[in-house]
Amino acid sequence: MSETCKAVVYVRLKDGVLDPQGVTIQKALLQMGYDEFAQVRSGRFFELEVNGSVENIDQRLDEVCSRLLANPVIENYRIEKV
Amino acid sequence: MKFGVVTFPGSNCDYDAYAAVRFVLGQEVEFLWHKSSDLCNADVIILPGGFSYGDYLRGGAIARFSPIMEEVLQFASSGGPVIGICNGFQVLTECGLLPGALMRNSHLRFSCKYVHIRVESDQTPFTHGCTVGEVLNIPIAHGEGNYYHFDKEIKELEDNGQVVFRYCEADGSITEKANPNGSIAGIAGICNRGGNVVGLMPHPERAVESILGSADGLKILNSVNDYKKVTAQA
Repeated sequence: MSETCKAVVYVRLKDGVLDPQGVTIQKALLQMGYDEFAQVRSGRFFELEVNGSVENIDQRLDEVCSRLLANPVIENYRIEKV
Repeated sequence: MKFGVVTFPGSNCDYDAYAAVRFVLGQEVEFLWHKSSDLCNADVIILPGGFSYGDYLRGGAIARFSPIMEEVLQFASSGGPVIGICNGFQVLTECGLLPGALMRNSHLRFSCKYVHIRVESDQTPFTHGCTVGEVLNIPIAHGEGNYYHFDKEIKELEDNGQVVFRYCEADGSITEKANPNGSIAGIAGICNRGGNVVGLMPHPERAVESILGSADGLKILNSVNDYKKVTAQA
């Protein structure tokens, strides 16, 4: 019997790594008059539909994140199952 | 000397590299398809520039899982000379053959122009024909060439002599203005600990005849062509 679940993965740059996109967005906000946002960090978001009931799904999700979805040299990731 | 040029879906400098080797260097060269598991007895591997897999996810992130990369990893670990140019450099960092990562240019724009780079190491197959401090005029064409690594790792790279090229002014001085993408320490190219794997953002294959604006890229290709200590692939 197959079950479907969803995993949501958030990937962001590690603290201390310059995020030129975030900096540019923050500058744009300033220009628009939103001066209360001191910093903007950008990131990526993935939604994965998991087919079937996989026993070691947590481990496999972790593998997928560290091997492909994120670059562990510069990025962190967070997995949420929904 | 036989060169192998890897073609990923989305590579677009593979023909430039092929032409530079075959018609300018006058050496044997073969395209290596990304799905193949055969390096065709190449003595040197070139990972060319372009947008492998559309640069989806991150530059080089998906290309590194191509079947041919298994062979390239083995070839590199046995000391075979491998050069990654632009997108090829990104593939080399993604697969772990080279340390660090290439991020979005600090100014967020695609940058396509001639730059000067200074040779920082002649201890690689690709630079042994150059002299340290020599300035080369070679074009760049990238949106994600901003080399990044943490301070400790950068210090290790510097201490081990793994910084191979640095962006510079025409006179060789290192300035912020000469840095086209925000790379840490103006790094334009690095090598692995063994020196046999080199990655750089500038395109030597596009600067091989004076009619192209510069022939300085030939110094890099000639270096490896003259390199005698190549470990032939078994």
